[in-house]
Amino acid sequence: MKTIAMSTPAPTELVMSRTFDAPKALVWAAHTEAEHLRHWWGRGNPLDVTIDFRVGGTWRFVETAGGTDHAFRGEFREITAPDTFTWTFEYEPMAGHVAVETYSFTEEDGKTTVTSTTQFTSQKDRDGMIQSGMEAGAEQSYAALDAYLVKLG
Amino acid sequence: MTTADPISGIFAALADPTRRAIVARLAEGEATVNELAAPFPISMQAISKHLNVLEKAGLIVRTREAQWRRCRIQPEPLRDVASWVAQYQRLWEERYDSLGTYLDDLQKEKP
Repeated sequence: MKTIAMSTPAPTELVMSRTFDAPKALVWAAHTEAEHLRHWWGRGNPLDVTIDFRVGGTWRFVETAGGTDHAFRGEFREITAPDTFTWTFEYEPMAGHVAVETYSFTEEDGKTTVTSTTQFTSQKDRDGMIQSGMEAGAEQSYAALDAYLVKLG
Repeated sequence: MTTADPISGIFAALADPTRRAIVARLAEGEATVNELAAPFPISMQAISKHLNVLEKAGLIVRTREAQWRRCRIQPEPLRDVASWVAQYQRLWEERYDSLGTYLDDLQKEKP
């Protein structure tokens, strides 16, 4: 089931939002504390988490999937707890191709919506980051195109 | 937009709502320029400019039959974009499903 709402408001910008049935403090902690991150960020795969959650602090996650380590890293640029933070995001095999992601957290009726806005320096960077091993299988799909066009509208 | 980065050109072309509407209309089938212009309260010149952008991005082709100029969609460049978006979305679906389950577990642990 698709639960993420996605849009591309600008050529190199991607916005995703997802609502969780949990209070904001908990969802914020899940995004910012190593103890929580290692339980979910790896999608069920083993995840090694190094995180120094302060402005200028760095983070590095290593996800072991299919016998291969995938390392991601970045630096925290802005933090306004518990509402929003901005980090840089880099896939190590694609070092130098840095995306900037801002996460914001809003709570309503005990549910928390996380909205991430990712700014890529170019489309080539985005493709490279995905195609260089993050996920297998670049199936070209008209179904995806249909969904994409609907979301663009 | 440089030709070295065609998909940035595609995103730029699709960043405009009128152009997205034109692409959506052409996804249903070919149309003449007049037919395309009909739903929009803007001049034919403005529509022509939009069509130029879409053509340059490789999203449409324009043909001429007798006096009629017709436009049709070229879906291939869009498929590259859609493919990338679909992959990225799938990755985050997995990650966030995993977070959802984890948050549920955490809350169940509470007395």
